[in-house]
Amino acid sequence: MVNSKQYFNLMIIFVGGCLFWQAIVVLFTVPDYLLPSPIHVFGALMQQYHVILTNAKSTIIETLIGLLLGGALGMLSALVIAYYKPLRQWMLPVLLISQALPTFAIAPLLVVWFGYGLASKIATIMIVLYFPVATAFYDGLRHTQQSWIELANVMNAPQRRILLYISVPAALPNLASGLRIATAMAPIAAVVSEWVGSSQGLGFLMMNANARLQIDLMFAALFCVTVFSLLLYFSIDYGLRRLMPWVSHQH
Amino acid sequence: MKNEIKSKVTVSLEIRNANLIYQDKVVFEDLNFTLGGGQWTCLLGASGVGKSSLLRFIAGSLSIYKDTHVSGKLFATDKQPLSGRISYMGQKDLLLPWLSVADNIVLGFKLRAELKPCHRQQARELLKRVGLTDTANLYPSALSGGMRQRVALCRTLIENRPVILMDEPFSALDAVTRIQLQDIAAELLRNKTVLLVTHDPLEALRLGHRIYVMVGQPATFNMELTPDKEPIRNINDEHVLNLQAQLLEKLADG
Repeated sequence: MVNSKQYFNLMIIFVGGCLFWQAIVVLFTVPDYLLPSPIHVFGALMQQYHVILTNAKSTIIETLIGLLLGGALGMLSALVIAYYKPLRQWMLPVLLISQALPTFAIAPLLVVWFGYGLASKIATIMIVLYFPVATAFYDGLRHTQQSWIELANVMNAPQRRILLYISVPAALPNLASGLRIATAMAPIAAVVSEWVGSSQGLGFLMMNANARLQIDLMFAALFCVTVFSLLLYFSIDYGLRRLMPWVSHQH
Repeated sequence: MKNEIKSKVTVSLEIRNANLIYQDKVVFEDLNFTLGGGQWTCLLGASGVGKSSLLRFIAGSLSIYKDTHVSGKLFATDKQPLSGRISYMGQKDLLLPWLSVADNIVLGFKLRAELKPCHRQQARELLKRVGLTDTANLYPSALSGGMRQRVALCRTLIENRPVILMDEPFSALDAVTRIQLQDIAAELLRNKTVLLVTHDPLEALRLGHRIYVMVGQPATFNMELTPDKEPIRNINDEHVLNLQAQLLEKLADG
């Protein structure tokens, strides 16, 4: 949840951080190849904006598709587990395993399987996001107020419609928490999977710049990832709150 | 009013040899109980004595609880099945926070995939009758406790079922709102078969045609009474005050 005051605070932190950073670089005369000043980073951003933009584009596409598919898969699993009771004992371990797997360690394997392109990145992001979305939503679905279900039963409602019209809306705040976590994790997963093996993307650009000691370019790319992550988070947060106007009514 | 809600048929309910064991505790054993058709039956008792369980037994909703063993007969005296002829109103209004007031009222139709525009119209008329005109599009969170319980009453009424089970629906309200809502309910649920579970003797004496006191474990009825005069009774009436003293005594015995 973010409000306008928090946006303002965020700006203050950003500006203050840049000033502090500039002061350190000037005061201690830190060499550029260790820590470039924010002005240098901004220069690199301007100079190489074309390269950055091209690479940012693929990172953004990967993240959005991964978020969409991972979120959808997580939600679908939660619904299936909540509705088909016999499946529960089979699906819950799968959920746990998806979290226990060191995703970033199997990312190289995913590159071998799905190639250097989009597919392996999306697969990594999906595996990372699946767990927080599925568990948060399932938890919400499982904890529908018993008395609401009793009421619906007395109204002779079929099980399927109770799930759809009572359990699902009641679980939406939980799902939203899961989606918020997923949104925060998605760009990280994208960048890491680009490090592991890729030919484009901001993660790829950072690896290359790092290797060539183009630290200013590396910081510029890092800055772009951060801005993108924040924008993505804020838009998802805004959308979720618009979808659930009743939640802000409750205190 | 064109869509006036009235049910011509009244239904009596019989409970025979009802048993309920919950977590190895015998809640009631071999219990017999009658709900008179078109009458308000009030069930008094201390908290935890099994009043709500008896109500859930009638509603058929005990089966969703774990560690519960139920047996016994429950039937309507007209020999027709009970399913679809009962509606329920609880202490909590159970309004769904994501639905508007009107959508909450027509919830039953929505859940059974029977919702038609005429039901929304009916919901608006009911809201008018309980004194809540112009609230149809609000979220429940915008209403006070008393208003919410009136919406819950509308949701119960629109189902138009002959048997109404009420589990302390007025207990969470302040004294003035409680009396107002009792009057509205008594007026709108006239000629229905109502079971009202309550722990307030005065509420039972205002509204009930017949009053039972439930005590002990396993629970039994240690008093049944049929006050003279028709409800809604005046709480200043000497007869009512006498009966209240008796009821309080019996409740304390348990």
